[in-house]
Amino acid sequence: MSLPKVRVPYLLLFPGFAFLFTFFILPIINLAQTSTQTPIAGGDTGQYEQTLAFSNYVQAFLDNKEQFGRSFLYATLATVLALAIAYPLAYAIAFKSGKFKNILLVLVVAPFFTSFLLRTIAWKQILGEEGFVVPGLRSLHIIGQQTTLTSTSVAVVAGMTYNFLPFMTLPLYASLERIDPRTIEAAGDLYANGITAFRRVTVPLSMPGVVAGTLLTFIPAAGDYVNAAILGSPNTKMIGNVIESRYFKIVDYPTAAALSFTLMAAILILVTLYIRKAGTEELV
Amino acid sequence: MSKDSISARGDLKLTRITKSYGDFNAVDDLTLTIPKGSFFALLGPSGCGKTTTLRMVAGLEEPTVGSIHLGDTDITTTRPYQRPINTVFQNYALFPHLTIFENIAFGLRRRGIKDVKEQVDKVLNLVELPHLAQRKPTQLSGGQQQRIALARAIVNRPALLLLDEPLGALDLKLRRQMQIELKWIQREVGLTFVHVTHDQEEAMTMADTIAVMNEGKIEQMGSPADLYDNPKTAFVANFLGQSNLIKGKIEGNDGDNLVVDLFGQKISMPKNRSHAVDNSMYAGIRPEKFRISLLGTSVRGNQLTGGRIEDVSYIGVSTQYVVAMPWGQEVMVFEQNDDGVPPFDKGDEVNISWEPNFTFGLRGDEDIEAGTEVNPEELEEE
Repeated sequence: MSLPKVRVPYLLLFPGFAFLFTFFILPIINLAQTSTQTPIAGGDTGQYEQTLAFSNYVQAFLDNKEQFGRSFLYATLATVLALAIAYPLAYAIAFKSGKFKNILLVLVVAPFFTSFLLRTIAWKQILGEEGFVVPGLRSLHIIGQQTTLTSTSVAVVAGMTYNFLPFMTLPLYASLERIDPRTIEAAGDLYANGITAFRRVTVPLSMPGVVAGTLLTFIPAAGDYVNAAILGSPNTKMIGNVIESRYFKIVDYPTAAALSFTLMAAILILVTLYIRKAGTEELV
Repeated sequence: MSKDSISARGDLKLTRITKSYGDFNAVDDLTLTIPKGSFFALLGPSGCGKTTTLRMVAGLEEPTVGSIHLGDTDITTTRPYQRPINTVFQNYALFPHLTIFENIAFGLRRRGIKDVKEQVDKVLNLVELPHLAQRKPTQLSGGQQQRIALARAIVNRPALLLLDEPLGALDLKLRRQMQIELKWIQREVGLTFVHVTHDQEEAMTMADTIAVMNEGKIEQMGSPADLYDNPKTAFVANFLGQSNLIKGKIEGNDGDNLVVDLFGQKISMPKNRSHAVDNSMYAGIRPEKFRISLLGTSVRGNQLTGGRIEDVSYIGVSTQYVVAMPWGQEVMVFEQNDDGVPPFDKGDEVNISWEPNFTFGLRGDEDIEAGTEVNPEELEEE
């Protein structure tokens, strides 16, 4: 009972620290060690020794430049598409939904009631020959009569957009909902028409949500491999797929580890640049 | 029409405006002219329709029926951004992502005005906050935000400036100071100010003309002195200050005066101050108009005898008495402490008297409690 007050915060932090240390810091150190190992001469598959072979990084990157590029391209496309879909959606829920607000929010989260994998597999059906999308697009002559959508980059990006949409919508909604509607009225009162008021007041005030939403979409999307594995083909392989197959199929742990670190570093750099540019610390 | 509307000037005319929400008429067949250059207050309790009226003038709501003209231009359906009208919002609604300078420049930039810097600096000097130009709104105190909200509106030199409970969020002392400042700024810039408030003292301090609103209609309109001295309804009599309303009966005429019987005692009052429609009447007298004298003293004017002091509160500048009258009613009397005479004591038997000209007459079928109810929501705002 007579716990000194200074110790309380540390005690509260302890479980979190202990958990993260055991299941994040230690494995990361382990991963870092693995990334510079080389195969033991004459040893079995999967046996490696520490030789501080930093050349693993160079080799791993050069071998998989294409997949890296594709990962960031797909993640960017999915993020932009998700933003384009989620912004009007979040706006409508925040400002126009009235008594349906809570129902709509539940619907945004509803996909989480089903497994991520199942939903992605379902997209395979939706985009397949028997689904309604492909015949529909064909009959409207939007795509050619022979064109298919499964195993294409379109399918992968569409699947990623769908899967990460709630992560974009919820932070956007949260920041739009915080906007005092009277500031938008004030913009109208001060000679801004609807579009100008949106551009000058609504958008800047929703920037924290835009930044949070794009990060929550882009970061997992860049490392994603499920969508590419289920909806794509060997031509749409992302870096996540390469890491997965290096680990579990080729048992090439050092390359997989080096690729993982390269991906982490690349995301970290991109995110830092993005946050600097977006300048969210300027916002209240 | 919309292109011309932005340069419209002149009196604001609301003609037979009704605003309905379902079955409820927030504003009910309201007709009102606000002369150019005046400081006009819409005064009433919350829910009386004053804010709805203001929002219709701003263009944020559209009337269900009726028309709004500014000068000769019909602006009933004009979009807010096409009206030469600016609003000081309740709680200010400053743009939190913009600096004070950019907040004030917002309207100028939208209209493509050239010398933005010069005009913003000028208005910042007017509200005496030039040093805050580069701050963000959240870094300002409530009083400073209030002035910036005002500056952001008047920098556009609108035909009409609307103020929606502009001082509601300030503490009492700051509110008094801002009342005087607002009045001064209005004279300085010469714009028409339309001020919405539930605070009768605020309305009386600032406005040239007050329209007292109740249940979507205007109860009475006039100068603060007119409304206070000669209210037409019990609602106005009670909402603006305090009133003693005594049930009576008009007995007859005596030249320009009426003779009124109040529970067997005769008083007289000017005919033109009576709003009664038949011979039943409530005679109204403001508490500070009463004089108290001990029984047996002779005094001028109207006199009611048989009172007994029930309660005495010494306030400093005045003493407030509650006097029980023989017919069971308690009346309020405020006496200035300016005569060196010690206050009366509880239990003293007294007469109350007043100048006949101070009496006002209300219809005998009025609800004498109207306008006295205190809305709990408004108490919180105080």
